[in-house]
Amino acid sequence: MTTLAFAARDSATMTRRSLRHVLRYPVTLVVSVVVPVMLLLLFTGVFGSLRSSLGAVSHSAYLAYVVPGIIVMTAAYGSSVTAQSINRDSTEGIIARFRTMAISPASVLNGHVISALARTLLSVALVIGVSIGLGFRPTADAGRWLAVAGVTALLVLALTWLAVPFGLAAKTAEGLSGFILIVQLLPFISSAFVPPDQMSGSVRWFAAHQPFTPVIDTLRGLLTGTADGGTALAAVAWCAGIALAGYLWARVLFRRDISR
Amino acid sequence: MTSAITISGLRKSFGGKVVLDGIDLEVGAGTTFSLLGPNGAGKTTTVQIMSTLVRADGGEVRVAGHDVARNPAAVRAAIGVTGQFSAVDNLLTGEENLLLMADLHHLSRVRGQRRAAGLLEKFDLAEAAKKTVTTYSGGMRRRLDLAMTLVGDPRIIFLDEPTTGLDPRSRRMMWQTIRDLVADGVTIFLTTQQLDEADALADHIALLDHGTVVAAGSPEELKRGIPGAHVRLRFADVAGLDAAERALGGAFRHEDTLTLEVPSDGGATAVRALLNRLGDTADAIDGVSVHTPNLDDVFFALTGHPTTEATDDEMENVQ
Repeated sequence: MTTLAFAARDSATMTRRSLRHVLRYPVTLVVSVVVPVMLLLLFTGVFGSLRSSLGAVSHSAYLAYVVPGIIVMTAAYGSSVTAQSINRDSTEGIIARFRTMAISPASVLNGHVISALARTLLSVALVIGVSIGLGFRPTADAGRWLAVAGVTALLVLALTWLAVPFGLAAKTAEGLSGFILIVQLLPFISSAFVPPDQMSGSVRWFAAHQPFTPVIDTLRGLLTGTADGGTALAAVAWCAGIALAGYLWARVLFRRDISR
Repeated sequence: MTSAITISGLRKSFGGKVVLDGIDLEVGAGTTFSLLGPNGAGKTTTVQIMSTLVRADGGEVRVAGHDVARNPAAVRAAIGVTGQFSAVDNLLTGEENLLLMADLHHLSRVRGQRRAAGLLEKFDLAEAAKKTVTTYSGGMRRRLDLAMTLVGDPRIIFLDEPTTGLDPRSRRMMWQTIRDLVADGVTIFLTTQQLDEADALADHIALLDHGTVVAAGSPEELKRGIPGAHVRLRFADVAGLDAAERALGGAFRHEDTLTLEVPSDGGATAVRALLNRLGDTADAIDGVSVHTPNLDDVFFALTGHPTTEATDDEMENVQ
């Protein structure tokens, strides 16, 4: 076999290993669906009724507004699971073992990334399914659904490659709390639940310019409204940039001296 | 004799602290070599450099004929590593861990399964094969770790403190496994803190202290002339102690514990000869214990200072 074929085979082996972890402890998958659904119920049930009592928007219109943000939060939650799983591999020493073996070095992280992509996209599909059950009525045609899948996959890829170096860098699981907090909190200060132009001052500026907002707006446009090319371009650029930065940082960390 | 490993002038510092200060080692193919030293001496760092996990600051390391810095891939293809720093996959079963290794060594499915089954049997893990590793005892986990290393049939194996923390039975099993591997022509590089382990297994020993090799040679060469081996005789009363001291001469007397320390290699022949010399006075002995030189004695004899473990602060910098 050629080097490339060996690399592909090693990546497939590592992906199977990660997916086996998911199947062995399905509670992780369940939680990664339940948490976003709880948030969806919280916002549509509690805050949504507050909004409609003020005469702002109907329940179904707010549900349609919130779902794209919940999709992004599902992806964010998925990336914190990925960071924890990579951190466990790194601190327990199995990555050290892999690094002493004659395998494709890239396969170690590729396996994590590919399985994280599969796991998180499944969570997102389940979350969308539940929201449709709750009354969410997307107007997207097949082509737009495909675009939704593409944008979501790109977002998950970006957040996963960002999770990898944080997972490798942290010396303990506790060391990840900063990353997890930021990635799970950032969507709240975006266009996920309230349009940024209704916010005030610096919060408004931040919400309008942070990376999650164009992704959420693009998904919202594709699912229930009119897609905007400029916003989509911003979303793709942010995701590609984050993915590249995370990948390069991860490569540096992976090649450095083992630290234990 | 061809060399499996040659190390010359190896240096490594972590954050300004010198961990390896120019060490030279040579390990013959098919032999067992033991690097002996206390915590923080630089044993693990040496293994990590040979395993391509840590880059050296200076010096040359060749494993299986390949330079670890220039051709790490060829080194990895020749070695197997079982150590404190490497590990097993706790979320998988023992069998799945072995099959994972088989896949990574690109064995066919059938060969991989046959290899896994054989190793599970050999390492007494067949019963626990389908259980996740989190349920394993320390000894089982260590056996699985070594079994995983053997899946790829490495010709050179690094064992970083393979028996630390093991119960006596698991320790003996590990020793037997190591002897079997050497009988098959495998080269073993073993680090340990225990003199008896190096003594029992190694053809050659190097003593590492604060990043330098302070002594090297066969176990016999190293132990020769090391004081500390003695037989300790405990008596019921001072009369017995006095009588025995007169009979033996040259023994060291501990008044408070009513014991005599007699220099001896501690072997059965020597102990019997000693008791014969005592004659009837031997009846006054309450207890006999044999004290053999341990790492502390060897260290004290060779370095003039006791084994000082690096402090916790230092360890963090080092590791």
